[in-house]
Amino acid sequence: MSADKSKFTEPSMANMNVIEVDGQQINLRNRVLAAFLAWLVPGAGHFYQGRYAKGSLFVVCILATWVLGFALGGGHVVYASFAPGDVRWHYVLQAGVGAAALPALIQGNQMRVNTDANGRTARGYEPRWGGFMAPPHRPVSEDNADEVSAWYARHGAGYEMGSWYTMIAGLLNILVIYDAYAGPLAIPISGRKKEPSEDKAAEDYALLDS
Amino acid sequence: MLPISPTYLLYYLPLIVSISLVFGATRHENTSLILQHALGTARWITGFMTIIFVILYGIGLVI
Repeated sequence: MSADKSKFTEPSMANMNVIEVDGQQINLRNRVLAAFLAWLVPGAGHFYQGRYAKGSLFVVCILATWVLGFALGGGHVVYASFAPGDVRWHYVLQAGVGAAALPALIQGNQMRVNTDANGRTARGYEPRWGGFMAPPHRPVSEDNADEVSAWYARHGAGYEMGSWYTMIAGLLNILVIYDAYAGPLAIPISGRKKEPSEDKAAEDYALLDS
Repeated sequence: MLPISPTYLLYYLPLIVSISLVFGATRHENTSLILQHALGTARWITGFMTIIFVILYGIGLVI
């Protein structure tokens, strides 16, 4: 009895993960695992699913954008800080690229532990790894010269653009995560794609009429 | 005259390439369709940004 039951459930479960797009069959395998891998390393979910061309495109495009942004900002644009006066909301988007942004969490926690009740960084505190993805020393205030204003002064527009590049890379990876989980998006982003679908609808109606 | 150096526009190039290709690849599986979609997206975004630029530039001349 249990053997018969498995014959029914296994093929249907397997079919749920096989979709057809552009005439190609895609086996999404374990969707949740694929989505997690896609978040951890952009494109890794697609490699897991055997979609090597798209996986390569994603890893190159997204990580290149992220690394370029990181370099433009002098390595200071990605840090996790949610202290009063220095709420780095950018990090929420930057963390979309997964593992590449995770060292910032460790550095952020180190800074949190080494911040006193007055919101000042403890004397003598030096961040790990030469300050890689470390938050600025506190306090941070828009009205006074601090470490953030020094970074701005040193890198100019690069600091601003670096923040944008890294945020956009994180946002793009959200699309990639979705693609790994459910396959390509069906919604066209421009009206251009409506023409063929309207033609196809007309063909379908013609077939129904005949 | 632009208030900033035109070389700042170079920041736009890597972004448009990356965004267009990722947009195309998250909507298709076929490589040629991905490239077609990417080209369309790049043209659309560039056109949209150009319109915004012209409007802001015009406002800048008037004010």
